[in-house]
Amino acid sequence: MTESRTDTAPEESSTSAKSPRDVAYWAKPVSKLKVSEMPVDAVNLNVEGRQVVGPLQGFGQMWQKTYRIRLAGAETQPTDVIATWKKDFPSFWPEGNRFYAPFTGIAPGEVAVLNLSGPGKVLLSTGVMVIYADEESFSFMTPQGHMFAGWITFSSFEEAGETIAQAQVLIRANDPLWEIVMRLFGFAKEDEFWHSTLKALAARYGVEGNVEQNTICVDPKVQWSQAMNVWHNAAIRSGMYMPIRLVRRLFRR
Amino acid sequence: MSTANIQVTTRQVGPNISVIDIQGEVTGFAESALMDGYNAAVAEGAQALILNFSELEYMNSSGIGLLVTLLIRAQRQGKKLHAFGLNEHYKQIFELTRLNEAIQIYADEPSAMEGVAAHAR
Repeated sequence: MTESRTDTAPEESSTSAKSPRDVAYWAKPVSKLKVSEMPVDAVNLNVEGRQVVGPLQGFGQMWQKTYRIRLAGAETQPTDVIATWKKDFPSFWPEGNRFYAPFTGIAPGEVAVLNLSGPGKVLLSTGVMVIYADEESFSFMTPQGHMFAGWITFSSFEEAGETIAQAQVLIRANDPLWEIVMRLFGFAKEDEFWHSTLKALAARYGVEGNVEQNTICVDPKVQWSQAMNVWHNAAIRSGMYMPIRLVRRLFRR
Repeated sequence: MSTANIQVTTRQVGPNISVIDIQGEVTGFAESALMDGYNAAVAEGAQALILNFSELEYMNSSGIGLLVTLLIRAQRQGKKLHAFGLNEHYKQIFELTRLNEAIQIYADEPSAMEGVAAHAR
């Protein structure tokens, strides 16, 4: 028997190994998503009843993208940044995209509905589940049919005396169609999206900064075993719903 | 919690089988410790790697992300990743994030060894 040891602990932990401190921060597993009450204008099409999917359940290449902005000069703590980000999350999103947060806010287990602007003004209805939320970070997991399968983690921390705000995605395109879309223009749009979001967050603290981006291809292979995920494709289903939505609007007048 | 608070030890427990003992916190800051542990096990010739989570004290979503990247790395190198020692809470996290569909979970080290041996047959 051989043994090697990697030790990066600056201090020995004295807490009991049997009582994890993160219990309150994690959502409980769910078999199907359940959306709580939403505003009437929210289109909740591809969320209710769907399963959540992580990067292991998607189809396309796996990417880890990290976007961060330095809140240089802002006198704020990471916990304040996360509290603000959680509270006003939709307000930092680029125009034309709606995030319908649950009435109870961004908390573990809650489900939000997203109405995103797609190509040709097609509205893309999807959602996210909050799987983790503490004072310094929170994470979303996507449902079946979303453009990608994976997690988005928002965090804030100090580095070299500055507070950093960060969004990190670990994702695969959910199905072959989304993989094509993402490779053609989706990834570029997504980058723009998070750059814009982080700049808007920084602006809240009076900071005008540039977003640093780090992109890693974690797995260059696609997973053909997941090709049938296309059945749940939110773009196709949202597109099919468009005529119904128009008729409903006409009759509502 | 902006520093790593994790200890990773690797043990060769059988031909081509290593256990990676994880003690402390699996967060985004644990990357180098985990990857160093993985590299040490692979350098010992491990084809099957068993993660021991019985001394896990804390894990956040960045930590789960790290486990996914570790899994993909292992898969790309033709290694199998297994786990044991998860308490009920961490089992639920594996279920929530659907990591349990890719990493075989066992109750304890003997059953993990047995499972790995059965996989190898």
